[in-house]
Amino acid sequence: MSQVLPAERGLRRVIGDGASVPDGQVDGLSADDLLALYRGLVLLRTYDERSVVYHRQGRIGTYAIFWNHEAMQVGSAFALERRDWIFPSYRESAIGLLRGMPVATVLQWWRGHPAGWWNPLDWNVASICVPIGTHVPHAVGFAWGAKLRGEDRVALVMFGDGATSEGSVHEGMTFAGVTKAPVILFCNNNQWAISTPVSEQTAAPTLAEKAIGYGMPGVRVDGGDVLAVYEATREAVARARAGDGPTFIEAVTYRAAPHATADDPSLYIDEERVAEARENECVGRFARYLERAGLLSEDVAAEIKDDALARLREGIAEAEAEPPADPALVFDYAYASPPPGLADDLAELRRILGR
Amino acid sequence: MSTVTLTYREASRAGIRHALATDERVFLMGEDVGAYGGAFAVSMSLLEEFGPERVRNTPLSESAFVGAGIGAALNGMRPIVEVMTINFSLLALDQIVNNAATLRYMSGGQLSVPLVVRMATGAGRQLAAQHAHSLEVWYAHIPGVRALAPATPEDARGMLLAALDDPDPVFIFEHATLYPLEGELEETPHAVDIDHAAVRRGGDDVTLVTYGGSLGKCLQAAETLAADGIDAEVIDLRTLRPLDTETILASLAKTHRLVIVDEGWKTGSLAAEVSAQIMERGFDLLDWPVRRVCTAEVPIPYAKHLEEAALPSTERIVHAVKEMAF
Ligand SMILES: Cc1ncc(C[n+]2csc(CCOP(=O)(O)OP(=O)(O)O)c2C)c(N)n1
Ligand SMILES: [Mg+2]
Repeated sequence: MSQVLPAERGLRRVIGDGASVPDGQVDGLSADDLLALYRGLVLLRTYDERSVVYHRQGRIGTYAIFWNHEAMQVGSAFALERRDWIFPSYRESAIGLLRGMPVATVLQWWRGHPAGWWNPLDWNVASICVPIGTHVPHAVGFAWGAKLRGEDRVALVMFGDGATSEGSVHEGMTFAGVTKAPVILFCNNNQWAISTPVSEQTAAPTLAEKAIGYGMPGVRVDGGDVLAVYEATREAVARARAGDGPTFIEAVTYRAAPHATADDPSLYIDEERVAEARENECVGRFARYLERAGLLSEDVAAEIKDDALARLREGIAEAEAEPPADPALVFDYAYASPPPGLADDLAELRRILGR
Repeated sequence: MSTVTLTYREASRAGIRHALATDERVFLMGEDVGAYGGAFAVSMSLLEEFGPERVRNTPLSESAFVGAGIGAALNGMRPIVEVMTINFSLLALDQIVNNAATLRYMSGGQLSVPLVVRMATGAGRQLAAQHAHSLEVWYAHIPGVRALAPATPEDARGMLLAALDDPDPVFIFEHATLYPLEGELEETPHAVDIDHAAVRRGGDDVTLVTYGGSLGKCLQAAETLAADGIDAEVIDLRTLRPLDTETILASLAKTHRLVIVDEGWKTGSLAAEVSAQIMERGFDLLDWPVRRVCTAEVPIPYAKHLEEAALPSTERIVHAVKEMAF
């Protein structure tokens, strides 16, 4: 079995283990804030688990599972203002839910339905680029542009450990350093890029130390600790807003689910590490933290879970109620004003489809 | 002669396995080609057979591993580089166009880049606008390289072996919908001819020229047309650069009608190149203007019915033929 980096090396943590490691606290977070974080975690967890089922039932297409990545998404998004932008990868496809985007919208995205095209300008959540890492320079340019326009707006861009090997990511980080763009480069290090372990991805002992070379701070947090992620992102956001430029955050977790619904990880993954990660998964960890602090009762937990399930039930029903798109849609949106040839192509298509 | 039945996927693997077993200069590298067996399971089990020095997972760095392939080839190795899909090969395009394709020329013939790069191409699997294009014409545009599009299991295996014998960079485009396709092959792997197109079905009334993932659609269209008394000849280009125009001209001398079916976008497509070459060299053979059936000039849609509507289909091919007077 391939070696993976030990998750322990210099990781920031807030949540204790309920035994020898004491719980910490994050300044400025109220009990309501803590519950809001928990609601976010449960919503994403529920979305993810239901989506895997919907995929099996043929109701959505291939789906990139983010089970046990919720703390990274919730913790970082919570540190932003609504005016700040998020540039997600496919792994964070549902991050808009944290800003109130309807469940149906995200499900429709995975159904290939035009109703799934959320408007990035409505949600300040960019659309997703599948070629790995290619959205990193977009986020950097966006943030730099905001700086040039004098806007108080930062960008958070999310990508995986594998993405750190791509030219776009190196070049984007170089650019961010030089322009002092107000951007947070958030790396979800789940230790796998499909079947390639991070030890085959880089010879660097950690990803965070790469930041030195780009002239920005690099922080390493436990990606399963929503509070540590929140705190680290909040600090990075403060630096960005203060004009001090970008920060690289490496959030370390372990991919405890397949890469996507089409993947069979048994060919390559370390089942013991998966079992350990599942045991210590991020939503349960935070629930226990809240319980220890006396902030989460069984009743409240049940209400939060039921609420999330109801949103999913309504979401899938709404997504499925949408009639399939007219074939003419094939030709829409390639251009603002379509060239004449497309009309001929559409006419041919209609003739063949007989409508 | 004894034969075996293999899928296109197995045939491609058999080619790689044969090369690894018979030539120690050969190695395979690419994203997830090890235990995972590659994005399309082509290299499944090769890691166990040949070990990690010869079947090598790479970092997620297309430009680096294609560039490293160039370097290894310059030093006498015979790398087989797998790029997951043609869309991701764009991240390595500078290495390909500016370096792999030019080093022989720029060294006055002293350097050789015997590099083989394989990649999946094409749509039909609901992978949408950043994962499903047919950009092989871009490769066919580059002097200094050879571009191959196997449409059968025999070609998937034999073209790889022929590519390894070629002293220049060769790009192999494996259409992603073909991997499960079965075919009968000679038992012993061997290189196939990579200079000529193949007539896959004989006919006298119209010539359908195609390659890769569209071959099956053309053969099916030919059956439909046959039921209506139109006898179509189907030509599989096989090699996209350099093009074998002679085979097409010979066919047109019989049929006098040409329909080109190409999953690329029509503007600047292989279909456009074939058409232009026929205009230049076979204008007098034609009884009817050349017709092209290509993919709608839009990014590939995600929804199944929209994707199907955007791609060449049997119906569209039949329709294009029937518009001609016979
Ligand atoms: C440029 C490019 N090359 C290859 C792929 C295929 N691919 C999709 S996901 C993936 C692994 C990415 O791993 P990582 O960056 O660690 O993100 P994770 O999936 O673990 O969140 C690969 C290789 C791609 N989408 N884009
Ligand atoms: Mg990863």
